[in-house]
Amino acid sequence: MPALIEAHEVKMYFKPSGIMAGSAPIRAVDGVSLSIARGETLALVGESGSGKSTLGRVLLRLYQPTAGRVIFDGIDITRMPERKLRPLRRRMQLIPQDPYAAFNPRIRIGESVKEVLEVHGVARGEEAVEKVVALFERIGLVPGKEFYNRYPYQLSGGQLQRAAIARAMIVEPDFVVADEPTSSLDVSIRASIIELLEEFRKRIGQSLLFITHDLAVAKLIADRVAVMYLGKLVELGSTEAIMENPLHPYTRALIEAIPKLRIRARPKLRLKGEIPDPRHPPPGCRLHPRCPYATDRCRKEEPPLTEVEKGRLVACWLAARS
Amino acid sequence: MTEPLLVVDNLKVYYYTLTGIVKAVDGVSFSVPGSELAAVVGESGSGKTTLGYSILGLIPPPGRRVSGRILIDNVDITSLHGEALRRARGELVSMVFQNPFTTLDPVRRVGDQVVEVMTEHGVPKDEAWRRAEEIFTKLGLPPRLLKAYPHQLSGGQRQRVAIAAAVALNPKLVVADEPTTALDVIVQEQIMELLDSLRRQGMTIMLITHDIALAATWATKVIVMYAGTLVEYGSVEEVVGEPLHPYTRGLINATPSVDRKDRPKSIPGLPPDLRRPPPGCRFHPRCPYAMDKCRKEPPTLIEASPGHYVSCHLYTEGRR
Amino acid sequence: MALEAGRLVSRAVARFTSLFGQKRGRYMFIAGLAIVFTVVFMAVAAPLLTPYDPTMPSGPSLAPPSLAHPMGTNRLGQDMWARIVYGARIAVFVVFTATTLSMLVGVPLGLLSAYHGGVVDRVLSMIVDAIYAFPSLILAIALAVALGPSPVNAAIAIAVVYVPTFFRMVRGEALRIKRMEFIEVAKAAGLPESRIMLRHILPNLIYTVLVVYSLAAVDAVLTEAALSFLGLSVQPGTPDWGYDLYYGKDFVLSGYWWLIFFPGLMITLFALGFALIGEGLSEMFRKQV
Repeated sequence: MPALIEAHEVKMYFKPSGIMAGSAPIRAVDGVSLSIARGETLALVGESGSGKSTLGRVLLRLYQPTAGRVIFDGIDITRMPERKLRPLRRRMQLIPQDPYAAFNPRIRIGESVKEVLEVHGVARGEEAVEKVVALFERIGLVPGKEFYNRYPYQLSGGQLQRAAIARAMIVEPDFVVADEPTSSLDVSIRASIIELLEEFRKRIGQSLLFITHDLAVAKLIADRVAVMYLGKLVELGSTEAIMENPLHPYTRALIEAIPKLRIRARPKLRLKGEIPDPRHPPPGCRLHPRCPYATDRCRKEEPPLTEVEKGRLVACWLAARS
Repeated sequence: MTEPLLVVDNLKVYYYTLTGIVKAVDGVSFSVPGSELAAVVGESGSGKTTLGYSILGLIPPPGRRVSGRILIDNVDITSLHGEALRRARGELVSMVFQNPFTTLDPVRRVGDQVVEVMTEHGVPKDEAWRRAEEIFTKLGLPPRLLKAYPHQLSGGQRQRVAIAAAVALNPKLVVADEPTTALDVIVQEQIMELLDSLRRQGMTIMLITHDIALAATWATKVIVMYAGTLVEYGSVEEVVGEPLHPYTRGLINATPSVDRKDRPKSIPGLPPDLRRPPPGCRFHPRCPYAMDKCRKEPPTLIEASPGHYVSCHLYTEGRR
Repeated sequence: MALEAGRLVSRAVARFTSLFGQKRGRYMFIAGLAIVFTVVFMAVAAPLLTPYDPTMPSGPSLAPPSLAHPMGTNRLGQDMWARIVYGARIAVFVVFTATTLSMLVGVPLGLLSAYHGGVVDRVLSMIVDAIYAFPSLILAIALAVALGPSPVNAAIAIAVVYVPTFFRMVRGEALRIKRMEFIEVAKAAGLPESRIMLRHILPNLIYTVLVVYSLAAVDAVLTEAALSFLGLSVQPGTPDWGYDLYYGKDFVLSGYWWLIFFPGLMITLFALGFALIGEGLSEMFRKQV
């Protein structure tokens, strides 16, 4: 499958400003390469501070990366000026985490969605309104006319997230970044949001980058899973392979820490402490201070991301040896 | 059975808003023995948070307790006012809130904030500092962090500090309102482990959550709430292992989990508007088993098996 | 001095009204609006409110308040009430012109600076900070001197002085809104910058602008009075509160208190009106958020 979007050795450093100016830069993304094929869903998984959201925004060129290259449909967009990017923006869209913060509180929901159609010249006026209402009806915001005229605060979190998905999908984009679209919603409605995303993918056939910290949700939607820790990719593979046989201790810990529906299912592998400051990542393997299996080598040498089987990459000295 | 530590008896808490009376908690009764971790599970708008706040006598206006009593260790907290209520909060019952990034005062050292809880309840200052050090050590925080400001701590450390403040006066009951929702899964696991260790040492924890998987993993008792009413209550083995109420089953079926083979299925429809709840059983518009009776008569809570309560007409006539 | 007194009184009232509790925001807003409307009404309807010409003698010199002359007369025998109502015209004209002008320059610049960032932001911020660094009254005096005495020039001088206030408030608020997720989503959806600024950021700034407008108007009232007190606004003899204050000050020690009491009172009230509107609005706005 040809890649629709590719990242090559992408680095995104943020220079601290204000009273912190002059201190070490925040290395949010620190040399990541990956690609997403047409029609593929890749789940990007990690804790907050892993750099996953930043990487998503670099792929959408909301940030200009410090180093590396971003290729969209064969076009290098790494340094493309905003003016030239705008026509491409119709083809790539963002679904944000918090649906309440994602809509302008002073604009009716329908107008916010219609606006996207209009700025890209897809439809105007009455025709655009009809398109929005029809889409609302199809995704369960019924009656569509009534939802069109509501303000964000008049919708529940789940309804608003549906509207946010409608806004991203109405221009039928080729590439969508969904940044934790279910994490601010009740667990019980997460599955229905995933179903909605799946429906769109089947119809439009777009590529989806699904950012999440919850592998239980990633499992439902992703073809492949990429795991990030402190700005680096630590494991990449098919969803099945990752879920059945996680090779990196961090991936395993993430899977084990998720609450199960089994009674008193306690994790076997526990990581110590929390994700450290991305301004000063630990030397060697970045996970070593938290990893129960860390050896001397892990403390000194950084493990490279190596292909252990076809399409399966992992950055861990222990996994590489076995 | 041993003397219950928490008794909630026919509690009704209504919000008197301009657009109508929101019956957030509408006749809820249950009791929890000591040293349990009781999870109150429900979706947004189920009344679980209002229930938690009521237990501390902290109902935000325009809310009001319309009826009912709440006994904690045989003290009726609904009869307390002013100074007595203030003393009970902290000494008898305390709370851990959802967001550790906003519950700590950003301009004061965390040690001062923990110590303040004790000095405000008459503990001498040096004694309070000594105890704060002990609590920090017990909760896995290095005592040097007493001198730190909240922004110097990670999310998990902040929630530990919030828990330290909550348990400083050794209350009988700690209400934790979604204490891990703002945290990542690995830190969530650490915080739950901490709450569980407090339970093992004899404290009673009431965990408010929307995640029934979290309850399955950590709770000993589970209370399921729907639209202001209690629909099922029992041990975690009973409620999660052998759920009776169609809503509980729906909730379990809707929950994504790494260990399930089938795809989760969400419950069709939305929770009702609590200003105009449907007549009869409040779940009937979404229930696949709804009968005529369900549309007319609200079910009563019955004990389906010892210690396992359910409020559903499917079980009132002695048939499953 | 009346200017300082005005500031102190408006501050004290703001503090006092803060005791009203729940609905104080709306009460303050309505009270302020009533005061400002009264002054505007005086300015518009001046000929209907007094039979006298404020520039012509209409009674004995230095007569104390009486039925014929409710605020007394000055040394030239001009009716003080007439001078007060006609004086409202200058005050209203200068204050609204200056503050509106200030807003029309400051808001777009603040928005531009916040949205663009980079060099544009740095240059604009530097210029504005330079203006801000001057004590505002001294800057207004200097500008008025340079432009020559006239009400229009006084308005321009005042406008320049308050551009930084609008600029900074709008820039800060716009930066805050810009960081909100819906702006990022709009950008990701491919909306052009101009649209994001005008349709998504600006409408969310309206409350801020209204609050700043009222509070800048408070200062404009006092600055206008100060400029005419110093003879930098109206021609001598024109009815104007600041000028009358200056004119009356020499007579105070002789016991002719009405010559400065009424002009001073009007300046204070007008400033207070705007202060109440501004405080009330910000109170109402805070509650809404």
